[in-house]
Amino acid sequence: MTRATLAGVGVAFAAAPLGCFVVWRRMAYFGDATAHAAILGVALSLTFQMSIFTGALAVALIMALTVTLLAGRGYAMDTLLGVLAHSALAFGLVAVSFLSGVRIDLMAYLFGDILAVSRADLAVIWGGAALVVALIAWRWSHLLTATLNEELAYASGFNPKREQLILTLSLAVTVAVAIKVVGVLLIAAMLIIPAAAARSLARSPESMALIAAAIGAISAVAGLRAAYIFDTPAGPSIVCVAAVLFLCLSLLGWQGRRRA
Amino acid sequence: MSLIHVDGLSVRYGSNTVLHHVNLTIEPGEIVTIVGPNGSGKTSLLRAIIGATAPSAGTVTRKPGLKIGYVPQKLHIDPTLPITVERFMRLTHPVPRQDCAAALEAAGVPDLLKRQMSQLSGGQFQRVLLAQALINRPEVLLLDEATQGLDQPGSAAFYRQIETVRRDTGCAILMISHELHVVMSASDRVVCLNGHVCCEGSPAVVASAPEYRALFGTGTGGALALYRHDHDHDHDHGSHSQDAAE
Repeated sequence: MTRATLAGVGVAFAAAPLGCFVVWRRMAYFGDATAHAAILGVALSLTFQMSIFTGALAVALIMALTVTLLAGRGYAMDTLLGVLAHSALAFGLVAVSFLSGVRIDLMAYLFGDILAVSRADLAVIWGGAALVVALIAWRWSHLLTATLNEELAYASGFNPKREQLILTLSLAVTVAVAIKVVGVLLIAAMLIIPAAAARSLARSPESMALIAAAIGAISAVAGLRAAYIFDTPAGPSIVCVAAVLFLCLSLLGWQGRRRA
Repeated sequence: MSLIHVDGLSVRYGSNTVLHHVNLTIEPGEIVTIVGPNGSGKTSLLRAIIGATAPSAGTVTRKPGLKIGYVPQKLHIDPTLPITVERFMRLTHPVPRQDCAAALEAAGVPDLLKRQMSQLSGGQFQRVLLAQALINRPEVLLLDEATQGLDQPGSAAFYRQIETVRRDTGCAILMISHELHVVMSASDRVVCLNGHVCCEGSPAVVASAPEYRALFGTGTGGALALYRHDHDHDHDHGSHSQDAAE
């Protein structure tokens, strides 16, 4: 139980600052697509007996880079993502069905299996999360400038495309480490919901990221507690708590604005 | 040495050549304006200068370590991104709060530090953008139709601000504009662009050039008439452009 909580909090910390950029840059569907593609990575790593983390990371990376490269070449972004995300998911599901021998509990990868997190998993999760947080903290002001205006970035002497690449890489790492915790179908929720919930409380980009991290961590702890008490699946329970927090904070913010 | 030197620049998007063999030099302290119809490659030229667009031929040389201030045509801030004016001022360079406040005061919008960017009016927003671009004391300021969305008095005031900036800081200014009359009065040099440089020179020379007249046709008459109208009320400007209207 302690390991599960630590794993959830680790993912929440990585997802919070990244989720803010996903929300600001309107990349929500991009996160979804990368996550869906990861199931193909899961299938591949089971076939070739690699670690799930490696396979998922590789496919998520390829997916993210493909989308970045193809963006703005004929198809609208959402069409492109819809094609890639769902075909990757479908190929992944089909590939899994070919695997003979051990029956794989697909549910564990679609919705996560946080209670089965091992000590080694925990190390991978915290290692990945630390990497993502460090990357984003290091590039923070450049990322923010590139998010606001591409030309402003060029004029200050750095390439916004490189910053975009850093976000893409971070996204792939986060997806790979979060599979065990919330599963591929709910990773996007861990990215977006805490960030969106933090919006109504925040007055600066930095405070939004910190509040999002807090909301994510609270969701992880409370969600796991609820899952234990009510015997519900852990990953979805975490997301449910985040969603309820989002609802409450949005209502509060809406009320505050109306009074002002 | 000149701040920016553009030599034989061509820019191509696919099979579409938007700029062809453009030469341009920006010297310290001068105000240069690029005018031209839609699709004439004005923004592409500016993007090539800051390095956002790679030339398909020719070179862009910036003075080593050149400090550039940039005011974008339009800056969209997503409603989900909370950011105060103060935080925005420190976006590209970490500067102390007093400097932010001083820069805003110089831009004519004091007391906005704690406001959210999303709460500003169009005029305030453009002035904050200008103040942000100036915060690092740039040697050259680039403006891409920076007065879009401002009304006539608003953009006139904005260009007066630009002249003040040049006078006080000696910063060179390269701007794109379609508001011919206002721009003409404030510029040292005008470059008329339409895929290539049609004509170039002092505002008076350009305004009387046949290439320029061919490009702007009747619009020119209207613009210069407006310009003359401005002069009935404001005697601070030089009079050389007025001659051009004769």
